[in-house]
Amino acid sequence: MSEDSLLLRPDREVGIVGYGAYVPRYRLPASEVARVWKEGQDALPVEEKAVPGLDEDVATMSIEAARNALKRAGIEPRLIRAVWVGSESHPYAVKPTSTIVAEAIGATPHTQAADWEFACKAGTEAIQAAMGFVGSGMARYALCIGMDSSQGRPGDDLEYTTGAGGAAYVIGPKEQSLAYIEGSYSYVTDTPDFFRRPGQHYPQHGHRFTGEPAYFKHVLTAGQRLMDELGYKAENYTYAVFHQPNAKFPLKAGQALGFSKDQMKAGLLVSVTGNTYAGSSMLGLTNILDQAAPGDRVLLVSFGSGAGSDAFSLVVTDLIEERRKRAPLTQDYIARKKYIDYGLYVRFKKKLEMH
Amino acid sequence: MRDVSIIGIGQTKVGEHWEKSLRELAVESLQVAMADAGIEEADALYVGNMLGGEFAKQEHLGTLIADFAGLRGAEAFRVEAACCSGAAALRQGYLAVASGLHDIVVVTGVEKMTDALGCITAAGLALAADGDYEASQGLSLVAVHALLMRRYMYEYGAANADFAMFAVNAHRNAVGNPHAMFRQPISRDAFEKARMVADPINLLDSAPVADGAATVVLCPAGRAREFNEQSIRVTASAVATDSVALHDRRDPLFLESAYLSAQRAYRQAGVGPADIDVFELHDAFTIMSALSLEACGFARRGEGFKLAQNGDISLEGPIPICTMGGLKARGNPVGATGVYQVVEVVEQLRGQAGPNQVKGPRLGMAQNIGGSGATAITHILAVPN
Amino acid sequence: MDMPRHWRLKDQRYNLVGTECLSCGAKQFPPRPVCPDCHSKEVQPLTFSGQGEVYSYSTVFQAPLGYEEFIPYTVALVKLKEGPLVTAQLTDVDNDEVRIGMKIEMVTRKLREYGEDGVIVYGYKFRPIGWY
Repeated sequence: MSEDSLLLRPDREVGIVGYGAYVPRYRLPASEVARVWKEGQDALPVEEKAVPGLDEDVATMSIEAARNALKRAGIEPRLIRAVWVGSESHPYAVKPTSTIVAEAIGATPHTQAADWEFACKAGTEAIQAAMGFVGSGMARYALCIGMDSSQGRPGDDLEYTTGAGGAAYVIGPKEQSLAYIEGSYSYVTDTPDFFRRPGQHYPQHGHRFTGEPAYFKHVLTAGQRLMDELGYKAENYTYAVFHQPNAKFPLKAGQALGFSKDQMKAGLLVSVTGNTYAGSSMLGLTNILDQAAPGDRVLLVSFGSGAGSDAFSLVVTDLIEERRKRAPLTQDYIARKKYIDYGLYVRFKKKLEMH
Repeated sequence: MRDVSIIGIGQTKVGEHWEKSLRELAVESLQVAMADAGIEEADALYVGNMLGGEFAKQEHLGTLIADFAGLRGAEAFRVEAACCSGAAALRQGYLAVASGLHDIVVVTGVEKMTDALGCITAAGLALAADGDYEASQGLSLVAVHALLMRRYMYEYGAANADFAMFAVNAHRNAVGNPHAMFRQPISRDAFEKARMVADPINLLDSAPVADGAATVVLCPAGRAREFNEQSIRVTASAVATDSVALHDRRDPLFLESAYLSAQRAYRQAGVGPADIDVFELHDAFTIMSALSLEACGFARRGEGFKLAQNGDISLEGPIPICTMGGLKARGNPVGATGVYQVVEVVEQLRGQAGPNQVKGPRLGMAQNIGGSGATAITHILAVPN
Repeated sequence: MDMPRHWRLKDQRYNLVGTECLSCGAKQFPPRPVCPDCHSKEVQPLTFSGQGEVYSYSTVFQAPLGYEEFIPYTVALVKLKEGPLVTAQLTDVDNDEVRIGMKIEMVTRKLREYGEDGVIVYGYKFRPIGWY
């Protein structure tokens, strides 16, 4: 590759050997948030969001997504040499989620394990690292997970959308991939649009500052730059999936890049799952892989506040049809739901301060 | 092996003894028993207790109580077998006398549960279950028995209400026992409407947490007359075990430990179920009453609960159980319960059961069970010829 | 906080690793050093599939210390496909929907925490199959 190319691509081609989704069972309708905080009168940015049960957290959700990915990959877990979990809501501030997942899937002890963070792109950056890990020949397979159980301050608009869920990907050689990665690109600046200091329970978000200078600047630049480097345009893609903090932002970004609503439909889950943060674009991708045909090209652009976007261009292979059947589909998780009201939500998310 | 007799009994009232400590309760019952036997000294003291360490932060109870009871220097140690620690201590005392090693042996069961509160009590009792594979899964001992009861109900077509008379009978008998914790009768209706603790076990189906101490004094049968005209012979003492965890049982709906223990006891005493006039069984929950009756040969499998429905278990029936209130209404200070059961059989055999007196009993059986059926210790007592 | 005790059990808690007897073929969970059926010491590790059915169940309304935040929850005796019974909580199911005979599968969930600043214990629970 020429020194002027900004494309992130290893010498040996790699791709997705297995993928798995996870969305918890409980749903809080956005109308419930509006009922409690706005007397039922507000524009609802999503229909409903997924809420984890009392016995769930990023570790347990990651374990299930990883098991699904392994089922699809059909490989011995001991061949996974890196287990990487990206999240904004790791169960411990110090003590990795990745070792719990690695142990639970049988990848220990001969494995690299690490937790990643960068707001909502904590999972996609692990995929980029895995591309290098696998593409360099250091390891045959690496497992990357983006998963969150996000928290919104009660009464804040974020409460409508802070959801739970995510996805796991086994990265391996192109020859074994159900979708191979043509290339990746990251666009990063120091932009404090949304952040949380240690010891604080809820994040601060910059309201309109999170839009143009943050989400759009990074998503659009990363998406465009990747396509330029690869010599593609929107019409070369069957699908496009973007980070989804709400339903409006990804549609607006996609349209600015030349994508149609049809191209973005399959990847857009935020209305029924809420914003799954580090899981967001990765979960959207699982829904795409659940229905894509061999030869379909997919653009994925994540966004993490702080800020940065990771973009990937993928092509689905012949292996997709047989592999997708081996584990529950994303729509199976989405269809599995039990509604809760705001009161149970407060209990589940431990928002009550016990004095 | 020598024959063994009980020459003295003593018990405290069962209840919430906020003002009395473990050692005070034990010594109180000890003093009554030793006075009943007319003794001032003893060769050995065995103390049955399950949760002294956990709730009162006191282990080393055998020695502590011996000292405070005025028996410093005697052989003494605590015996533990979860909820059948009391009967285990009695077993130890029986062996000490039967072997010829000691002549005057005191056995005390004591428990002080009210020093722990709420869910700590439940966590303590769960120590009788498998810690790594039952308690860690969030089960209390009630929940373990609830799993047992629900499967029993499923296999034998029994309903919750079918067990009511076990509780009703126990409470009815407690009215006439001045040492009992709950001396009010309860109705079938109240049982059927009681709040669930772990379904299908409700509040009126579970023996209450309590404080109490009971003591018996043993000596070789050949010397019993020196101490008490109304000595009672221990004609059998037998222990059997099964798995601790309910899920490890070969047949979860059969109390194998109770069966084996009873069989060994019957053989030792040369008797069968038909000879038993009084049965103080381990009614921690009504399901255990039903299963105990089945395991000990008083009912066929799956029919134990029918003995409650048809009144066979009442004082007037062919197999009176819980004659002084049982664990349910006299109370269940766990490590002491096994000794209370024996004290009550002695009262019956001596004719000292007051309003609860069963007519002319000659043989009584006491069976104390640890956990959900992990350990069973059976004693058969007889009026000497 | 019992860290070492829980840590020792992770193969069982995360992956249902038990034993099978090489002499008589009996399978055990939890694992055993001696076969309870034939008393042979020739046992080796066996990972159970996690498939099973409800043998009995109970909804708990009064929990022991450490589990109060989850009340009311349902515990069960689970008959594993391979034979042994195991005690576990059920999850992802309404308490009043549980039935004896219900087919279930193992998932890994939080068993308890030791307070807000303590260790988190993860382990097996079971949920109904047939949701997809």
